[in-house]
Amino acid sequence: MAKITYITHEQKSYCIEVQNGLSVMEGAVQNDIPGIDADCGGGMACATCHVYVNDEWFDKLPAKEDGEEDMLDMAFEPKKNSRLSCQIIVSDELDGLTVNIPSKQS
Amino acid sequence: MNKTDALIIGAGPTGLFTAHQLKLIGLNCEIVDNLDKIGGQCIELYPDKPIYDIPAIPECTGEELTNNLMNQLKPFNIKFHLSERVEELKKENENWIVKTNNGTIFSTPNVIIAGGVGSFEPRKFPIKECEKFENISVFYSIKDKKMFEGKTVTIFGGGDSALDWAVELSKNSKINLIHRRDDFRGAQATVDKVKQLAKEGKINLFTKFQMTGIKGENELESIDIKSDDKEVKTLKTDYALGFFGLIMQLGPIANWGLNIDKKTVEVDTEKFETNQKGIYAVGDICSYPGKLKLILSGFHEGALAARACFKLARPNEKYRFEFTTSSKTIKDRLGVKK
Repeated sequence: MAKITYITHEQKSYCIEVQNGLSVMEGAVQNDIPGIDADCGGGMACATCHVYVNDEWFDKLPAKEDGEEDMLDMAFEPKKNSRLSCQIIVSDELDGLTVNIPSKQS
Repeated sequence: MNKTDALIIGAGPTGLFTAHQLKLIGLNCEIVDNLDKIGGQCIELYPDKPIYDIPAIPECTGEELTNNLMNQLKPFNIKFHLSERVEELKKENENWIVKTNNGTIFSTPNVIIAGGVGSFEPRKFPIKECEKFENISVFYSIKDKKMFEGKTVTIFGGGDSALDWAVELSKNSKINLIHRRDDFRGAQATVDKVKQLAKEGKINLFTKFQMTGIKGENELESIDIKSDDKEVKTLKTDYALGFFGLIMQLGPIANWGLNIDKKTVEVDTEKFETNQKGIYAVGDICSYPGKLKLILSGFHEGALAARACFKLARPNEKYRFEFTTSSKTIKDRLGVKK
C-alpha cells in the first residue's frame, strides 16, 4: 500500500491509498481522478496516462522499459520528467509519490 | 443509399468477427472504419506485439490476428468503407439512417458499434494557435506532396512517418526536422539516412527541441522552438507538419443519445443493445457489470448482438440456432462442399 498524490493541471490534489501491484494509472482510474484517460487500458500503446514526476521521485522510480520513451514522443507536451503512469507499479517504496497530470492527454 | 441488415462501425477484431456471425446466420452487413486499413487497434497500435490470450491461439501478433479474421471472412462478400467516419444517425420509420463524412448513406434496422475506444484521429500540436493554420500551412498527413516543392517545410516527430517524409521531401524542399530527444523510434535504415542527409546539409536537424510558438497572418511565417536547455530558435517556414501518431476520439457517437459513461456505451448483456432499439455496442466500447476489455469478450458480445439483429432484420422469420458442424444451410453459406 502506498499513498499516491495526484495533482491536476488546476492544482487540485487527490491523495489516494493505492494497493501494491496496481499501476499508478489504475489507482487514478479506479478513483475517478480526472485527466488520466488510459485509452488503451495499460498496454503502453496510447500515451494518454501521461504524468510528470517531480525530480525527487523521478530517479527513485524503476527505469523506463523499452517502448515507453517511444510512446512519450506522442504524449501531449512531454518533458524530461514525463512518465506513463501505467508503467509505474505501486509498492511500499512508492509511499508518498506525487505525480502531476498534464492539462490534456491529447 | 446502401441498404443492409446491419451496419458495423469499426473494423477491429470485434467488428470483423461480428460480421462473420451475421453472415453465418444469413444476414448481410457492411463495415465502416475511419482508418485506411482493416484491424483497428490491433493493426494501428500493436501490429507486431504478440497476444497470448486468444482462445486456441497460443501466440499471435495483432497483424496475424487481423489476417486470420479476414481469412475467416473469405467465404463472404462484405463491403468495407475505409477512411470514412460515421457522422449522423437518425431514425426513419423502422430504420436507422447513418451518414458518413464522405456522404455515404446507409439505411439499416441494426447499427453495431464496435468502435474500440473511438475513431483514430491524428494527434495535434499542443500550441492552440496551430488550429488557425490547419489545412493551410499546418498538416498532420500529406495528400499531395507537390505543394511543398521549393518551400521550407518543418517536420515534427521521431517515428517512421516523420522520418520518411523528411527524406522524401528533402529532394525538393528545404527541411527542418524537429524531435524532442536524440533517439528516433523509426526504422534504423531511415534514421541513418536522415543523419546522413543532415550531414550533407539537406536536412536541418534539431533534436531535444519542441514547438513553443507559431506566427503568421493568414499563412504561416515562422515557428519558435525551444530546447531542453531553454534555448529558443525562430525558424522561418512555409509549412509545419506534425507526425505524433494517432489518438482515439469517441467523436460523433457521443451525440447519438446513447448512455455513455467514461467513454463507454452502456448495454444489456442479452443483446448488447444500447438504450436505443437497434443500436448495439460490442468490444472495448461497451460497458456492463463485469465487462472485461479482452478481444475474446468482444467475440462473445458480437455473436449475441448478431442474433439480436436477426429479429429486426427478418421480423417475419424465426431465428433457429444451428451448429456449423452440422448445419447444411450454414455450410452452404460458407461454400463448404461436404
